[in-house]
Amino acid sequence: MKKENVIEADQLTKTFGDFTAVNAISFEVKKGEIFGFLGANGAGKTTAMKMLIGISKPSSGTAKVAGFDVYSQTEFIKKNIGYMSQKFALYDDLTVKENITFFGGIYGLSRKKIKEKRAQLISELGLEDISNKLVGSLPLGWKQKLSFSVSLLHEPKIVFLDEPTGGVDPITRRHFWEMIYKAADQGTTIFVTTHYMDEAEYCDRVSIMVEGKIEALDTPKKLKEQFKVESMNDVFLKLARNIEAP
Amino acid sequence: MKTIGYIIQKEFKQIFRNKGMLPIIFILPILQLVILSNAATYEVKNIKFAYIDFDHSSTSRALVEKFNASTYFNVLTDFPSQEIASSSMLAGEVDVVLEIPNHFERNLLRDKTTDLSITINAIDGAAAGVESGYVNQIVQSFNKDVKMAIMNTSKKAIQPITIESIPSFWFNTTLNYKTFMVPGILVLLVSMITLFLSGMNIVREKEIGTLEQINVTPIRKSQFIIGKLFPFWVIGMGLLTVGLILAKVIFNIPTIGSIVLLYAYTSIYILVILGMGLLISNFTDTQQQAMFIAWFFIVIFILMSGLFTPIESMPRWAQIVTNFNPIKYFVEVVRMVMLKGASFTDILPQLWKTLLYAIAMNGFAVWSYKKVH
Repeated sequence: MKKENVIEADQLTKTFGDFTAVNAISFEVKKGEIFGFLGANGAGKTTAMKMLIGISKPSSGTAKVAGFDVYSQTEFIKKNIGYMSQKFALYDDLTVKENITFFGGIYGLSRKKIKEKRAQLISELGLEDISNKLVGSLPLGWKQKLSFSVSLLHEPKIVFLDEPTGGVDPITRRHFWEMIYKAADQGTTIFVTTHYMDEAEYCDRVSIMVEGKIEALDTPKKLKEQFKVESMNDVFLKLARNIEAP
Repeated sequence: MKTIGYIIQKEFKQIFRNKGMLPIIFILPILQLVILSNAATYEVKNIKFAYIDFDHSSTSRALVEKFNASTYFNVLTDFPSQEIASSSMLAGEVDVVLEIPNHFERNLLRDKTTDLSITINAIDGAAAGVESGYVNQIVQSFNKDVKMAIMNTSKKAIQPITIESIPSFWFNTTLNYKTFMVPGILVLLVSMITLFLSGMNIVREKEIGTLEQINVTPIRKSQFIIGKLFPFWVIGMGLLTVGLILAKVIFNIPTIGSIVLLYAYTSIYILVILGMGLLISNFTDTQQQAMFIAWFFIVIFILMSGLFTPIESMPRWAQIVTNFNPIKYFVEVVRMVMLKGASFTDILPQLWKTLLYAIAMNGFAVWSYKKVH
């Protein structure tokens, strides 16, 4: 059974002056897939992601996200995607409940739906006791889980996660990935960037970006075979080193 | 519409939850109005007055006594010589020195004329002008007394013929500077607070990263902007209300014109300021930058608004520049409505320009706000 593509990028490029941050990348992501988007710091992951979520205009190339064009239909894309940025981006000075209500509201959910979702989300995350506390007072791991749940609030087709587990402990990371699996099981496509190579192993397919280009793209298993190494960590090091010292 | 409601709700929650922001919004303006209105005075009081009396006559003592009786002058001392008086003025210990020459009384009685020398510290030119006026008044009144005295002694039957002009002051009959300043300072408060708050607010979301999160939602930029700015519009109107109440209660400033008209004008005026705040936050990345730029504009606008110095006495080019100053129109309207009881048609020119300004400013601000970079 062939699944439909929800993201299609073709020769997508972004330049800032002389500097090419993203250099003609092409790839597809299928519905319900967990797609790992790997790369060193400054490899162009975030820039590429920003073009896909419609807040940065590509310099050239084409891309479709959820069937919409990244040049002309960014507002339609935004209705169909969720996004969790590197920087924690809920309001620290609002409570858990207020944050959920606000984001539900600006995605245009009905009052009834917001109430439902809010109750469900709070019970799933086990936040009943602190649902009226300011988000700023929560530990980072909880913030990240909440932030992920909020990005799924409007039931998007695709959710983009930009280094979602940066700075959180291994147990919370584990929980986080359980949440990701759950969302993927329900048919949500996950597009995730990460630095952690053990997380790369959890992905259905990974792409590795080096200096603005996609240097490798396949399932973790096949990549390890291709580079004849034991772990994704070694795949990554081999690729990065080859580029650095040709 | 519903979306805007969610944003407004969130903004108000954040504003009222911010413990540092609340005093800035409500306590500082009150302090400012009370303190500035008392301090920003054109009256010159407590003038440090000294004299050099070379005559030592009863007439010269009577003249000094006149200064002593005045509430504006503090008679400090008499100097034995000009040198000491000069060095004292250089040290800033005296503002005005009166020199009464030798044979002052004799000349006055014999020749009916004599000279006095007044030295005024004119580093502050405006104050020096006022001081000179006061000195003249006192000397004039002394002159009159002397004339009478001379006439009595010489028993001449000629009545002095003098033509006096009696000025009548309109709209601020007692020439109370507070009546003039309080409405102006009210303008300053409404403008400053709303500009700073709105300018820093959106940039703050940029700084903490939530703006990016907002930009990936399907929210329309007009919805976002209206939702963001509306709370500050309400705060601006609230400030006007607080200021008007204080003006009435503390300073007893009369409000002759229509309060409704004042509110109607202010409601449009605040839009100009909010548009400006939005524009500033579009072109800055940090609250610090936004603050500096807002400060730069507000200082120029205030100094060129006619609030402290009359626009009529500015050079021609500066007068042209003031036409682009929204605060100028607000100052004019507030003073016209509060003190002169101006009607809708009276303020129509200002109203038109302000409306035009509001449309242009907000149009440009909305246009330059980019969800996509």
